[in-house]
Amino acid sequence: MVASFTRPGWYRAALCTVAAAAFGFGLVVLLRSISGLSAFQSEQTGYPQVIVPLITAPLGFLAGIGCFDYWIRWGFGLPTIPDDHSSHGAHTWKDYFKVNTDHKVIGIQYIVTSFIFFLIGGMMAMLIRAELAQPGTQIVSAGTFNSLFSTHAVLMIFVFIIPMFAGIANYVLPLMIGAPDMAFPRLNALSYWMLPMAGIVFLASFLAPGGAFDAGWTGYAPLSTGAPLGQSFFNVGVQLAGFSSIFTALNFLVTIITMRAPGMTFWRMPLLVWANLSTSLLVVAATPFISGVQFMVLFDRLMHTNFFQFGAGGDVISYQHIFWFYSHPAVYIMILPGFGIISEVISVHSRKPIFGYRLMALALIGIVVLSYSVWAHHMFVAGMFSWLRVPMMFTTLLIAVPTGIKIFSWLGTLYFGKIHTKSTAMLFALAMIVTFSVGGISGVMLGMVPFDIHVSQTYFIVAHIHFVLFGGSVFTIFAGLYHWFPKMTGRMYDEKLGRVHFWGTLIGTWGTFIPMHWVGMDGMPRRVADYAAQFGNWNLLISCFAFMLGAIQLVFVYNMIVSWRFGPKAPANPWSGKSIEWLVSSPPPIFNFDEIPRVVGGPYEYGIPGARHAIMSGGGAEVPAPAHTTVGS
Amino acid sequence: MPPALFSNRLPIAKMAAAVVALAAILSAIMLSFNWDGAEDSTAAPKIDNLLNIMIVLSSIVFAVVVVALGYALIAFRAKPGDESDGEPIHGNTRLEIMWTVIPTIIVLFCGGWSWKTLNEIEERTGHEMTVDVFSQQYAWSFGYPGKEYAYSQGVLHVPVNRQIVFKMHSQDVIHAFWVPQWRIKKDNVPGITTTIVITPTKTGTFQLICTELCGFGHSSMRAKVIVQSEKAFDKWVNGITEKVPTPLMVSVKQDTETNPEPLERVDAE
Repeated sequence: MVASFTRPGWYRAALCTVAAAAFGFGLVVLLRSISGLSAFQSEQTGYPQVIVPLITAPLGFLAGIGCFDYWIRWGFGLPTIPDDHSSHGAHTWKDYFKVNTDHKVIGIQYIVTSFIFFLIGGMMAMLIRAELAQPGTQIVSAGTFNSLFSTHAVLMIFVFIIPMFAGIANYVLPLMIGAPDMAFPRLNALSYWMLPMAGIVFLASFLAPGGAFDAGWTGYAPLSTGAPLGQSFFNVGVQLAGFSSIFTALNFLVTIITMRAPGMTFWRMPLLVWANLSTSLLVVAATPFISGVQFMVLFDRLMHTNFFQFGAGGDVISYQHIFWFYSHPAVYIMILPGFGIISEVISVHSRKPIFGYRLMALALIGIVVLSYSVWAHHMFVAGMFSWLRVPMMFTTLLIAVPTGIKIFSWLGTLYFGKIHTKSTAMLFALAMIVTFSVGGISGVMLGMVPFDIHVSQTYFIVAHIHFVLFGGSVFTIFAGLYHWFPKMTGRMYDEKLGRVHFWGTLIGTWGTFIPMHWVGMDGMPRRVADYAAQFGNWNLLISCFAFMLGAIQLVFVYNMIVSWRFGPKAPANPWSGKSIEWLVSSPPPIFNFDEIPRVVGGPYEYGIPGARHAIMSGGGAEVPAPAHTTVGS
Repeated sequence: MPPALFSNRLPIAKMAAAVVALAAILSAIMLSFNWDGAEDSTAAPKIDNLLNIMIVLSSIVFAVVVVALGYALIAFRAKPGDESDGEPIHGNTRLEIMWTVIPTIIVLFCGGWSWKTLNEIEERTGHEMTVDVFSQQYAWSFGYPGKEYAYSQGVLHVPVNRQIVFKMHSQDVIHAFWVPQWRIKKDNVPGITTTIVITPTKTGTFQLICTELCGFGHSSMRAKVIVQSEKAFDKWVNGITEKVPTPLMVSVKQDTETNPEPLERVDAE
């Protein structure tokens, strides 16, 4: 029994969590008593006796579950336990509940965890739509409504879309570049374990007095600096999610730059790798800004630092500038990995090389650079320095150009190909081209200042963001999950159920989000629990489609679970792909490759007789590879 | 050898005709609706004009995507049992330059037109009337500096066909001022004075909507707006005895005006 508390695991995690929380609580009470203050402080923006344990408890959990064991021993000069790789690979389902350094295990941990948060966030969306089905307030109070849409957005953004892409890339990317694992496997495990902590902190805010954070996911000051305790849970949760994504991005950068298989030059990398390289560049440079700005809000709340306190030397609008300096690049963090997935899926299922490969990669880099210069388009009506609106409008409109290049190149890839639509992954990829185009077009419209002045902060914005994040990011997530499901699980999924899920999701998406444009332009503001009776019929229709969209996701859940357990065994290469992950068995062996592959050509050499992307002595050595095949020219 | 623009192998004329037809149908349908509602300020027709331009351009872009995808799905579907690859076409520099340059021209055109519209809707007539807008959780009130700070709670009266400069103040959190029929919106930010100019062109009763999340009462933070003839307005405002209360006057005097408008004033400084 004692042993189970000393070994890394759930017993020790529970013990360390409680101990760390008690330590944080005790420290606050002690220091306050020494300072002659009352031991407990319960101003609504205060509660240091809750906030400090809220920070220490997750750290305690991470220590207890075993994220730091190796580093602590090494740091203190203790003999480190020789790595017997017992923490590599998953042999039973229980291994997914342990700290594991295998990128394939971590990938699946990421994907499953973030999908659970997707379902929770989705249920909140259902509640929101139930409330909005009719004018007036019926189901939840106005305050609870604010909490619901705030937590819905935060869960979807910080613990679903961003980590879901990190999870898919975690699994696929090392395989694609021919690496045995990520560059820093222990850091990778730590990144993962911070994710459920972040989600739990966000959800725990419902238990705080005053309810969950309700200032929107944007948490504008001074509404957030004066909000009840729940807001501090948001500030802390963002730190956990933020550090998690920064660590992962560092890991991807080092992995991509240093661990590519011999022969894989930058211009031979699959576009998914390019996409994650671009995303990681955005994450490492931009995420510290949201981390910083949420610390500033937390300090304003707890210590009256007055960063954003008007009348005390603070500046209200500076919050928005710092926030959007992260949060605009963040929308590209939430779509670029999806672009990578779509490129892979479309190329494989149309049996064609990507059209304009180099321009596709350069377009990604173009988006990275431009995305740092457009943040203030979220603030055209915020009362910022007015001249800034015009340059920000032009950069915003120009960023549509590299995005358009991607759309047209995907379409170009289809031409003179052999398009197979038997895979649900391909259906989602093709639908994403159209649906995302609609979101892109409404994005250009929003970039135009005079029109934005009218529709900013209305349902038109809600429609736009859901077209790009649901019709864009979530469609690419589904495409990626279907595409690599056989690789990850070694089983095939049911295409019939996949088709039901696809058509339901497509119809649900358009039915839900297209009418939102209309009510927005006609005068319905966003983030309201109640609205004018004239919008009643449209909202009822929107809610009906939304419920259908929610319900159809259960088909996906059923399909994934049942196929994982009982699906027919998957071959190594069910889609006849060319990239390296399809050269190994499904699922891949414990260190991915018994022999590191040699890359001899571009990633999309379809239609060239005898051309290969990579060779491994196992199967392909006897086939002579052309010395130089053309790439992207 | 990649064929030049594929033109010799694709029914380019038919596809172009399909794009034109689809774009025309989509534009015709979408232009027949009055999406933004009644146009009751000088800015409204200009902003709606911009929307109409965007409807046409968007229809063309959308039609290009749909026709291109649709034709590909009809023409290049793999036959059942066909496991061969497509043609090894890696790209086409002329085509790639085309779909980089043409969208750039389109968006620069959109930007230029927006800039022009922005200057027009924010242009001062030189015959303005200033109204102070005070917002707090969850109520609106208004002051008339030209009339010795006459004060009105919950109801905004303005004369028709006169340019109004709204100087906006907030006492607590950020709110936003929006009358959909006027099309103009701006945040009211605590600590600073923000400004908008609007020339109402129709008399009647409208609703002022708070569009920036400001707390649990956000969805009910509304005010009545009455646009009336100059004569009726003068009669109403001269009948007010209440003055803007002192705490609100503090924000009128002390808030910094960090946002000079319109654009010309920045150039002048």
